[in-house]
Amino acid sequence: MTTTDICIIGAGPVGLFAVFEAGLLKMRCHLIDALPQVGGQLSEIYPHKPIYDIPGFPEVKAQELVDNLMEQIAPFHPSFTLGERVESLEKREDGSFIVTTNEGTAVHCKVVVIAGGLGCFEPRKPEIQGLEEYEGKGVAYMVKNPELLRDRRVVLAGGGDSALDWTVFLADVAREVTLVHRGDSFRGAPDSAEKVYDLAREGRINLILQSNITSIHGNGHLQEVTLVGKDKTVTRLPTDHLIPLFGLTPKLGPIAEWGLQIDRSAIVVDTTDYSTNVERIYAIGDINTYPGKLKLILCGFHEAALMCQSAFKYVYPNQKLSFKYTTVNGIPTF
Amino acid sequence: MIQFTVEDFNGERQTLEIPEGISLSLMEVLKGSDYNILATCGGMALCATCHVQVLEGGDALPDLNDAEGAMLDTLPDAGSDSRLACQLRVDETLQGAVFRLRGAE
Repeated sequence: MTTTDICIIGAGPVGLFAVFEAGLLKMRCHLIDALPQVGGQLSEIYPHKPIYDIPGFPEVKAQELVDNLMEQIAPFHPSFTLGERVESLEKREDGSFIVTTNEGTAVHCKVVVIAGGLGCFEPRKPEIQGLEEYEGKGVAYMVKNPELLRDRRVVLAGGGDSALDWTVFLADVAREVTLVHRGDSFRGAPDSAEKVYDLAREGRINLILQSNITSIHGNGHLQEVTLVGKDKTVTRLPTDHLIPLFGLTPKLGPIAEWGLQIDRSAIVVDTTDYSTNVERIYAIGDINTYPGKLKLILCGFHEAALMCQSAFKYVYPNQKLSFKYTTVNGIPTF
Repeated sequence: MIQFTVEDFNGERQTLEIPEGISLSLMEVLKGSDYNILATCGGMALCATCHVQVLEGGDALPDLNDAEGAMLDTLPDAGSDSRLACQLRVDETLQGAVFRLRGAE
């Protein structure tokens, strides 16, 4: 088990800067992020886009800002768990927490800081009768191991890039591949769309346009999906697997079950120190809300600084905190 | 003034009057008018929580950009009349249009 002072959930810009502010107060940090790399939205979604409202930087590219933050916090040797999602939180008698991820990684910490941004990106689930009943029994929202689909019958649903790409890939793996799309064309990724049309012409996949899957059936395991076309024709299609690929949508995830006060997918905090209604849990950056909240990186930086001043009392209960300037004292590395 | 109509999740309609040259997206105007849409991603065509259906006036709207088209294609419940409010500028192209809110509350 990793032991640290502060466990930061979310390694976006605000989570990263919190390491710096904590480091100035000699508090160690461990960061957990569901994405495989640090930087959050900045690295994942718009690494090459310029940002114009970071103080002192007339213009900085998103990835450049993340790289700079990593350099800035390096003296404080933060540790990372990347590509894992935080699942549960256990409070110990001494007030400390054990944070556990979906892969079973456990972090023992004195303070939890949620810097989760938009939340975790989770698969969007279509409204199909019986869908959840067959999750893990033929229904999956991502292809983790294509070999499990070898020589099987697979129905994919969706019209985005991942639906097209997986259709092309699985055409060589599965026994039978059917792609169901509600539209009559594909607007993204023209190359992938062309490949899918070619495969359909060659008879190597079934392409069913202008149709929706309305219900699924089986007997302990998925056996059949029911499609309804735009012209209301109903088709029943035998299959072993259904993979709905309707993109990802940001969700709070398991954090929503931690007893925190939530308002419209954001965590309510006290603006004196960005603490939540649960002692020793703070929320900073885009994931929190309070009157006048602005979802700006620079506001998240400010929140991180105030949070650390407050969290100090849990990490060093017997010490008095005296405020120091880096210009006077430099960076106290450890 | 630019006038357009919004149908909320309860089916109730209200006509909004917005000054010309306001430089806001439809999503921002909807949020500012206290419609209960999440707009989680803040306007980057990433979350689709500002999904609207254009009931009238769709032809006058500018074409879908790549990000909007790709996101709409991934949605299970979008139709040919679907748009993302965050990608629509509030200008004269919205005059007389009718939008139904579809994004998650």
